Amino acid sequence: MLSCRDVTQLISESMDTSLPIGKRIGVRFHLLMCKFCARYERQLLLIRETVRRFMATEEKPGGAPGETLSEEARERIKKSLRNP
Amino acid sequence: MDRHGDYLFRYAMLRLRDRSAAEDLVQETFLAALKDRISFSGNSSEATWLVGILKHKIADHFRHQAREAPLEDADLREQPDPSVFNVSGHWTSGPTDWGGNPADLYREKKFLDQLTKCLSGLSPNHANAFTLREIEGEDTGEICKVLNVSETNLWVILHRARMQLRRCLEIHWFNKSTEEGS
Repeated sequence: MLSCRDVTQLISESMDTSLPIGKRIGVRFHLLMCKFCARYERQLLLIRETVRRFMATEEKPGGAPGETLSEEARERIKKSLRNP
Repeated sequence: MDRHGDYLFRYAMLRLRDRSAAEDLVQETFLAALKDRISFSGNSSEATWLVGILKHKIADHFRHQAREAPLEDADLREQPDPSVFNVSGHWTSGPTDWGGNPADLYREKKFLDQLTKCLSGLSPNHANAFTLREIEGEDTGEICKVLNVSETNLWVILHRARMQLRRCLEIHWFNKSTEEGS
């Protein structure tokens, strides 16, 4: 019988590799009965999905305005490009 | 430089979480691009070409950090917070309900800022592993090479990174916004 500690490790592993069938069944069975672990899995997947969507929509050249290079760094880089 | 500098900087900041390291790598990227401009084929956009160079610089930076601070056994064995589970391996207090419909979360720039802050709270190797896997979307074989760890160890690292990050977001984002909303 898998404990919640085991299952959280396996949930994470299943996001990186495919689990052997026995473990996969063990995890699914546990998740049917354990609302905390089921919630844990949903939340990890939400974090993954949110990061992916952000990368796909926001992170483009000319994308969402955000932090910019400081004037100082900008000048330094320009200078280094003139005298490489 | 004026056209792509800020974009490259934001790209590096999200992954390195360190302003001066990000600035340095942007500078190195432009220098490498200048030196190697013959190889710019024009098939890809200029921005894509520069990001390609920057990605390599970032991986080198992570490689360097992994060499400077190699993982110790304790990093892999113990839970960062052993009180999460009791002796029989059950939650002592489980994840809380995050409520609402968080599907639009990715539109909230502040959420990403909080996520970056939470990542900064992890040890560098844990944060870098998470960054390579979830932000860069690298496969685990590649990440093992960069961080110089076995695949089994990487699974433990990613597990611990995700657990800590989830907990941090719960405290600083989800529970906080319900309080503010009530």
